Parts: sequence; structure tokens; C-alpha cells
Amino acid sequence: MTATTTAPLAAAPPRTLKRPPARLRAWATRAPLLPALVFMIVVTQLPFVATLVISFFDWNALYPKARRFTGFDNYRQVLSDTDLRHSVWTTVLLTVAVVLASLVLGLLLALLLDRRFRGRGVVRTLLIAPFLVVPVAAALLWKHVLYNPEYGLLNGLLHYVGGPQPDWISRTPLLAVEASLVWQWTPFMMLILLAGLQSRDQQQIEAARVDGASDWQIFRHLTLPHLRRYLELGALLGSIYIVQNFDAVFTITSGGLGTANLPYTVYQSFYQAHENGLASAAGVLVVIGSIVIATFALRVVSSLFREEVGRS
Amino acid sequence: MTAVRRHGLGLVAWLAGIVFFLPIAWMALTSFHSEHDAATNPPSFAASLTLDGYREFFGADGGASPWPALANSAVASVVSTLCVLLLALPAAYALSIRPVRKWTDVLFFFLSTKMLPAVAGLLPIYLFAKNAGMLDNIWLLVILYTAMNLPIAVWMMQSFLAEVPVAVIEAARVDGARLPTILARVVAPIALPGMAATALICFIFSWNELLFARVLTGVVAETAPVFLTGFITSQGLFLAKVCAASLVISLPVLAAGFAAQDKLVQGLSLGAVK
Repeated sequence: MTATTTAPLAAAPPRTLKRPPARLRAWATRAPLLPALVFMIVVTQLPFVATLVISFFDWNALYPKARRFTGFDNYRQVLSDTDLRHSVWTTVLLTVAVVLASLVLGLLLALLLDRRFRGRGVVRTLLIAPFLVVPVAAALLWKHVLYNPEYGLLNGLLHYVGGPQPDWISRTPLLAVEASLVWQWTPFMMLILLAGLQSRDQQQIEAARVDGASDWQIFRHLTLPHLRRYLELGALLGSIYIVQNFDAVFTITSGGLGTANLPYTVYQSFYQAHENGLASAAGVLVVIGSIVIATFALRVVSSLFREEVGRS
Repeated sequence: MTAVRRHGLGLVAWLAGIVFFLPIAWMALTSFHSEHDAATNPPSFAASLTLDGYREFFGADGGASPWPALANSAVASVVSTLCVLLLALPAAYALSIRPVRKWTDVLFFFLSTKMLPAVAGLLPIYLFAKNAGMLDNIWLLVILYTAMNLPIAVWMMQSFLAEVPVAVIEAARVDGARLPTILARVVAPIALPGMAATALICFIFSWNELLFARVLTGVVAETAPVFLTGFITSQGLFLAKVCAASLVISLPVLAAGFAAQDKLVQGLSLGAVK
């Protein structure tokens, strides 16, 4: 459809065919929706309510008899525990660093790919590939094959230029995790931004060029404002996925060396320490953090969505 | 723009592509080296090739065979994807072709569930599974993966179905076609490519999932990513084996991803970008 090439964002509006007034008809319209809706509420909302309830109990799974209501004690403990506070900070650091770095790299790559050159399709495929490696496999690849201080590829390449032979993971553990995530997430940002670039108004750009605008001026005053919302979308979706990251932290450092983020800490506090109450409180905190991000994310998606509905 | 500059930037793009692909190429090459050649510094680029890494990964030396884990992953991913389509298709229909009132609110409810971190529901799900005797059961993962992917699928399918021109549906109706005929003859041909892409993306997310699989499965229902976590601690010379394992387990995702390449952004951005 031509509409999709000129208006690339979100769905076109649904069209009303015929809306009979009868109540039965209204339920017949709703019926196809209900299985999915009920399923989602049962599987995703109920467990969260349970987490909320458990977070108010002092409950160690190894001592089930000692379970008792403690009000906000778990939250107090989570917020005053230095390890947990540190994991909050680690989560923020990890998310911000990975999102920003992959967004900047993704923008550069998208700009490079937006122009015609020989083998563009091949380069695009090469660039997408890192995103299509199973996350655990990617983390193993970085941990053993690239970072290994004795025979990893990084030190192997440094060897050729007579460089140092650092032990990457123990010297810069968080950076090591971040680098592997940036490698995986840059393609994601690139794809979103490339879609943004290709939805620019070409006539407007031609007109600006005819009027003597330089490449930089066109980028600064036409492309960047147009890309703003795609950048926001990339940043927000990236944040939502990376705040929840477990695979890379679990695989590369096993949460050691100060790289434990909140998801890893929640996992550890109930899977290894069996502290159900504490784990739930930490989980609720992750959710509160996500809700803050998600509120912005929903606003961006919804404005893209409305613009699209309004346009067609 | 001068030709030199245009070619120069093309070259930079090629260079970037190669740099990003290098770790994967190196992984592939290492997987065909002997363990001895895989662990040299400087790296042996031209060492002779062998299938030993793959043989060892598939359990030639009496190690655990990856086949049960691969089969579990296949079941969890394929069945959950089918369930997702079964639930998402009618829902998307009720949100696009014949919309319920306040359909945008419903759509955003689905999206908001995706923003609830998985880790928030993990403990109650674990306790429930333990009490219901469903720990280490692949069907529990099927249910959870269905819930994990349903919002993405509803959003994608909604945007695909919205592309079906309403005039065509009206015309078919005027010609006396009934709903099943309209769905099969008018809606399906337009929505099928989108459905295929949706399915591939759901497959990828289920295949990749680690946290739930790690916590909720053990010996019997272990999935491929959980099998891979067995390689986290070093076991002497095992690089070729790790590379072979990582590559084999990533192959389905690479294949599905390249097949869905054009619709990948739409799925990953929950339908917000086409």
C-alpha cells in the first residue's frame, strides 16, 4: 500500500463496517478479544499482585513457619542494604550507558546505510547479525572467545601491535558487560532510526538543497527534528529491554565484581538466598522504576499512534 | 556531492559492517578449529579445519547431549508461537476490522503489560509452579512465553489487519460472502505476510528466553539457552566446543531473523514503527 511508504508509523485506523445497536451484537464484537484479554490478565497481572502482597511479609522459604506480616520492613531493608542500593545504581548505569552508546552508534550506522552504495544490502545484513545471536551465546562469545586474557581475540589482535594484554573482565567488569550489550543493541537502534530516516519528506530535503542548504544544515534542521521521536522511541524501548537484562550479567560476570543489577539481585535473593519477602520488595522497586520509564514510553508511542491515525 | 566522498562513505559503511560481524565470523571459524588451535595467542587464522568441536558438542565424548534441550526449546517456541497466533488473531480482528468501543485503550493495555518486568512476577509464578507440581515442565514455559509474546503479536497483527481496505470487505459482503469466506479470501491474503513475520519474531523471543527457563526448569525441561549456561565456567580447552554450541543454538534465530528482516523493526518496536 502506498499509505505505508509515506506514513510509516503505527497502525492505520480501524474502519467501522456496521455497528448494530443490540447488546448481543456488542458482545459478539467483544468475544474475539476476550480470550487474549483474560489470558493476559491471569498470567501477567495476578502474579504481580501476589508479588506486591508477598513484599509485605518477612518470609524466608527455608523457614516457612516464621512467615509474618512486616509492613514496609522489606522495603526499608532493601533501600538501606548497601548491596541492593549498589545494584540499583548498577542498573541505572548499565541501562543509560548501553542505551546512549548504542543509540549514537546506531544513528551513525543508519546515516551511513541511508545512502546508496555498492553492497548496501549485504552490509545491512552483516550489521543486523549481532542482534540475531541468542543472548546467552553472545555473552559466552564475549566472555570466552573475545575477553579471555590468554587466548581471546581482543588480546590476540593487541598482540600484533605489541599492545598490553589486559584481563578485560576483572579490570573493567561493568564495561565488559556493557560492550557486549552495545554490540547486540546497536543493530536494534540502527533499524529503528533507519526506518525514521527513510520516512523523511524527500521533496522538502530537495527543496532545501536547491535553496543552498548544506548537508550539515539539512541534518541539523530537517533530519534531526524528524528523527527526534524515533530517537525517543529507540531510547525508551531499549531502556525497557535493558533494565530487565539478566542474560549478559548472569553469563559474563555471574553478578560478581559489582555488576549485579536489579533483575540479577532479585533472582539471587530468592533463588539462592530464598528470601521471598526481600526479593518481592526488590521486584516491586524494579516495577516502579519501569513504570516511570513506561509512562514516557507509552506517551511517545501514543503520540506516534495518534499522528498516524490523524494523518490517514 | 563528489564521487570520492560517496565512495569513501560506502567504504566506511562496509568497514563498520565487517567490524560488527567480525566476532560472529571469528566464532564460526573457531568452531571449526581443533581445541588446541582455538586457544593460541596470537590467534591462528589459517589452522586446519575440523568438525571435532561439533562432535564434542553433540556429546561424542560422553558429555551431555544437547538434543533434549534443543527439542524442549523447539516445543516451547513453536507451540507458544501457535498459541500466540491463535489468541492474537481474533483479538486483532476485534481491534481493527470490527473494532470494539475504546479499542485504543485495549491496545494500550496490551502494550503496558509488556512493560512490566518479567522479574516482577517471577517469584509467585515459581511458588505456584512448585505447589502445582509444574516445576521442570515445558508446558509451563509454553504458557509463560505465550503471555510474553501476546502483546507484541496483538500490536503487529492489529497494524497488519488495519491495512485491509474496508471497501473490499464491503464489496465482498454486498456480493453475499459470509464471514468465514471474507476472512479466508479477503483478509488472509493481505494479512498472511504480516502473520508470518509476527510468528517468526515470537519464535525468536521464546527461543532466546533465559530467566524463566533457568528458574523454572531443571533436568527434564531444560531449554537450549539453559544448556548454554553450562559453559559459563571455563572447562580447560573448550573454545571450539563453546563456539560450535553457540552457533548451532543461534542458527534458528539467525534464520528466522533474516527471514523476517523487513518486518523486524515493526515487531521489536511493538508495531510503533513500520
